[in-house]
Amino acid sequence: MIEPSTEEFSGENAPPLTTEQALTNLQSPDTSLRYYAAWWLGKFRVKSSEAVDALIAALEDEDDRTELGGYPLRRNAARALGKLGNAKAVPGLIQCLECSDFYVREAAAQSLEMLCDKSAVPALLQLLDGGVAAAVQVPGRPHLTQPYEAVIKALGAIGATEAISLIQPFLEHPVPRVQCAAARAMYQLTQDPMYGERLVKMLDNSTLQLRRVTIGDLGAIGYMASSDAIANATVENSFKLFALKGLLEHQLKQEFDVSPLCDNAIKVMNLMDSLL
Amino acid sequence: MTNTQQLIRAVTEADSPTKMVTAVQKLAAAKDTAAIPTLIAVFGYNNPPAAVAAVAGLTELGEVAVPQLLAQIDDYNYGARAYSIRALAAIADPRALDLLLAAATTDFAPSVRRAAAKGLGNICWHQLDISERHTAQKRALSGLLAISQDSDWSIRYAAVVGLQALAKVPDLHDPIRARFEEMLATDNEKAVRARVLLAQTEASNGVYLVGQSLP
Repeated sequence: MIEPSTEEFSGENAPPLTTEQALTNLQSPDTSLRYYAAWWLGKFRVKSSEAVDALIAALEDEDDRTELGGYPLRRNAARALGKLGNAKAVPGLIQCLECSDFYVREAAAQSLEMLCDKSAVPALLQLLDGGVAAAVQVPGRPHLTQPYEAVIKALGAIGATEAISLIQPFLEHPVPRVQCAAARAMYQLTQDPMYGERLVKMLDNSTLQLRRVTIGDLGAIGYMASSDAIANATVENSFKLFALKGLLEHQLKQEFDVSPLCDNAIKVMNLMDSLL
Repeated sequence: MTNTQQLIRAVTEADSPTKMVTAVQKLAAAKDTAAIPTLIAVFGYNNPPAAVAAVAGLTELGEVAVPQLLAQIDDYNYGARAYSIRALAAIADPRALDLLLAAATTDFAPSVRRAAAKGLGNICWHQLDISERHTAQKRALSGLLAISQDSDWSIRYAAVVGLQALAKVPDLHDPIRARFEEMLATDNEKAVRARVLLAQTEASNGVYLVGQSLP
């Protein structure tokens, strides 16, 4: 997954919608208007309680279905709710982890990662049932049985230390992105540099997309020892800058405005300057 | 065939990304002005290590590469354009001012805008005569102040880097200091505020060298 914030084409491509229209469209008989409105509310971070409530309701939509039984509107509503940062959405998103549609489960896990709410841990752990042996490709579909990558990342971000023994085996999962997610979560849950180094090694992988994801992981976990490896990785500067920003934010204590910058923060900024 | 022509040929005939990088490095090392068009063309090959080597080679050649860099900006490939801007920013020739200003303020690609913002602060002003110099510096200042309010944090970050360098011009000190105070109070990104803080600290210490830590 490419973090949305690293899109090379930034900003100002706003469609002609207003918050009122988006909220109205979310109830439209035209399901494509609903689908678009849910995306729009997330994209433009409309955080009003009206928007949050309407999107929570859309998590139970039955009207918008794909030929394979998917729930497009639910997917978009779940994705949007992660961006709005309102904990009110957590129970609905937890429900979505049981949805028959893989992409709804994936979107819910990603949003629960962003909302970082402990109450989601038991439901997330359930999706790891069966361990690596159960984490196989669904025949004829481009995904595994569960959204393991998203689930493992969420558990790491939430700080679910009770998940360590369940996550660890996924370091050996055949899908590299799942391995990365496991290394990332293991680092967050144990702070053991061994896991950070596993990610650094991934930066040598021959797949550009995987290097981009890995660099994003290193930024997300703020693994300071990877700063030079990030700066030297063969990915676009935009990705490096975003990853180094993650490292920098990790170094900045809450009240940094009144205290001097630490050497690590200065080191990261010097690297960022060199990538402009 | 001269040595440079052979090296140019090796670049155009490289049949793998790795061979391309080696060929470009060798061509850049030749430091021959005849290599300029080929080095610029490398920006469009979608081979980042080769492009980085080409930027280094053109930067090394300096002023003599500026006219062709300006003339051969790729308007249709923002990846290539960012490398051209990086080379022009590093050479710091004032003839690039108009292009850097336009790129920093109106290009759609953040990578191009960031490179231009950094470059705007570092221009070799002394190459302009006094009358031109003052106007040129003011234009760079207003361009950087404008983009220091961009919605993209990485553009604001690059604007701070540009403004810090521009603050070496005594006349521009006050407006830059005022803008930094404002950003420190209002910017919603920690990373940007931290960069402002670093700029302020280094300016007050008279430290402009990259990599130096605080006392």
